[in-house]
Amino acid sequence: MVPLSYYLVLSGILFACGVTGFLIKRNIITIFMSIELMLNGVNLSFVAFAAQWHALSGQVFVFFVMVVAAAESAVGLAIIIAVYRTRETLDVDRVNLLKL
Amino acid sequence: MTPNLHLWLIPVLPLVGAAINGLFGKRFSRQTVLAIALGFCGAAFVMALWIAAQFSSLTLPHVEWLASWIRAGDFQVDFAFYLDQLSLVMLLVVTGVGFLIHIYSVGYMWEEGGFYRFFAYLNLFMFFMLTLVLASNYLLMFIGWEGVGLASYLLIGFWFTKDSAASAGKKAFIVNRIGDFGFLIALFLMIKHFGSLNFVQVFRIVSGMPAEVTGSGLLTSIGLLLMVGAAGKSAQLPLYVWLPDAMEGPTPVSALIHAATMVTAGVYMVARSHLVFDRAPQALMVVAIVGTLTALFAATIGVCQTDIKKVLAYSTISQLGYMFMACGVAAYSAGIFHLMTHAFFKGLLFLAAGSVIHAVGGEQDMRRMGGLRRHIPWTFWTMTAATFAIAGFPPFAGFFSKDAILWKAYSSPYGSWVYWLIGVFTAFLTSFYMFRLWFLTFFGEYRGEAAAGRSDGHTQVIRDSRAGAPVPHAHNHGGIHESPNIMVIPLVILALLSICGGWVGSERFDKFLSPALHAGITAHSSEEAAATTPPPEQKEQGGSETLLTGISVLAAVSGLFLAWLLYHRRPQLPQEIAHALGAFYEAVVHKYYVDEIYAAVFVKPLIDGSTRILWHGIDRDVIDATLDNSAEGAREVSDAVRHMQSGNLRSYAGWIAAGAAVVIAYMIWMGTR
Repeated sequence: MVPLSYYLVLSGILFACGVTGFLIKRNIITIFMSIELMLNGVNLSFVAFAAQWHALSGQVFVFFVMVVAAAESAVGLAIIIAVYRTRETLDVDRVNLLKL
Repeated sequence: MTPNLHLWLIPVLPLVGAAINGLFGKRFSRQTVLAIALGFCGAAFVMALWIAAQFSSLTLPHVEWLASWIRAGDFQVDFAFYLDQLSLVMLLVVTGVGFLIHIYSVGYMWEEGGFYRFFAYLNLFMFFMLTLVLASNYLLMFIGWEGVGLASYLLIGFWFTKDSAASAGKKAFIVNRIGDFGFLIALFLMIKHFGSLNFVQVFRIVSGMPAEVTGSGLLTSIGLLLMVGAAGKSAQLPLYVWLPDAMEGPTPVSALIHAATMVTAGVYMVARSHLVFDRAPQALMVVAIVGTLTALFAATIGVCQTDIKKVLAYSTISQLGYMFMACGVAAYSAGIFHLMTHAFFKGLLFLAAGSVIHAVGGEQDMRRMGGLRRHIPWTFWTMTAATFAIAGFPPFAGFFSKDAILWKAYSSPYGSWVYWLIGVFTAFLTSFYMFRLWFLTFFGEYRGEAAAGRSDGHTQVIRDSRAGAPVPHAHNHGGIHESPNIMVIPLVILALLSICGGWVGSERFDKFLSPALHAGITAHSSEEAAATTPPPEQKEQGGSETLLTGISVLAAVSGLFLAWLLYHRRPQLPQEIAHALGAFYEAVVHKYYVDEIYAAVFVKPLIDGSTRILWHGIDRDVIDATLDNSAEGAREVSDAVRHMQSGNLRSYAGWIAAGAAVVIAYMIWMGTR
């Protein structure tokens, strides 16, 4: 059996990749995918712990996360399309109208 | 079982009038306003007469409990009214003279702006004055005491667009505060040591005290503090300075508040508290000395005044001094007697002076009057009655009361020939300055700039009718003229009272008041009783009483003679005398520079200190600076921090990540500790 720590390290690497991508990428689509990466990193640790402790709630939680992520990506993609239609760009540095 | 007198109605009636006129009077016609004002004030007078009519059948003192006000443990203050002989006299004087002055005001104020406001204030004053007089405890009395001060302030500053009137009102209010402070401290001492402010209880406790407590520190300090309060309200040394300035108000106000009623509240209060004063001889002596000095001091100033109302103002202070002299020698009934007659003749003097001022179109300087007796005969004859009354000519009212005071000042166990001597000299001065006023106003030639029949009456009327009064045609009927009947009738009634008011005689008056004013004596030690009740040897002094009366009449006559000599026979003589006296005359004309001294010693340091230390030092440099600096600091910090909100999505993400990192680091650190 693969030890728990392997899963957790992988989960951490995935999460760190997500964070890094989120911070350094400019394209909104890439940033969006980085978010998915972070969510999946977390999901991996959930299922790993669920398998380790033989507790179903972790698995169930992952389903919830996936459902919410699916809904979020639907809404998010819609927003991205709307942004692209009005701004004609997907560069976050140029989408800064919320600035004070 | 005493009948229910509904005493509470007496003060409340004028209050209702004040409320109606004050709230809605602006929309009423003048007729409606005066119907309300006179109606409610007259109703109070009728109530007072009704009570006086059934007075003999009452058991006294009559206490009417209305409602509970303050309860704290054993300490209790109620809304309750107290009627005895003393309050009855005050009640009749206040409502009677007050009602007459209300009537007079109708004529005097008819052309003024703010007609409704004037009568609302006047009724409000009546409410507070009657509360003061009828109160059954010191706290309720204090409410009335403060309230009459308020009404006085409002009425002195009635022409508030005039700067001098507004500041005179403030001066009266502030100087009165000093006295009220003393009064309040006296109340606190009573609460602490007697546990009650109720007249009945306080006097029972005081008269129940053992004889050796007489003159103790507690009673003396209560007495002295009450005296401070009385000195403020009744314009005694050293707090008299507000009264002459109060003449800025309309003349009926001067008559009602600053001559007949409010200023006598101090005398009433001292007489009401006589049981305290009886047992504090030192305080009593201070009362007598202050009264005597004030009488003399104010009379000397009155001699040199040229403004007709200022003469009467100083005369009022001087007469109040007489009343305090009487109280100070424990002759309270003589003081109250003089209070009553003074209300008649001084009220009349002011009203007649108002009539004179009205006649000559707002002029108040006696040097520009003269020869008016042919033009305004009613005013002349009524004022003559009042002048003879205040000068103390028999058989006018003032003679009886002043003579009673002078006799008591000499013969009372607390009295002394010094009081008597100063009193007689003051009587001489009183007679002199009053006849000076009389001669200057009514005799000789008219010295005003415009002779009778002038057409430019308005230029002078304006002085007396500021505040945008509509005076389109009222004074156009040509020169010096007699006042309308509505002003003359009160003058005549008061003149009759000034003539006859004293015939009751001080002995009978004393006997009438004795249940109220000697109530506690029986509880005193016998020695104390002998000291305060008229000593039996007084009868043997009958000869000396006649002699002293003769001397005081002589003083009055010589005052008349001197005034005649100086101001009628040889009008140039006063100038020469003034010249000869030099610096002393200057000092008297400038009222001994008391106002200037007060300004230099109290007012200016206070204003400077307030400006430099409290305003600039504390308010501006500490309080304002703290607020301003903290606001400025918050603004600068916010200005720096707002750049965090850049609109850059990745920087937000960076802050989130950094925050999360900090939280995780903290949790790890907590976990491994």
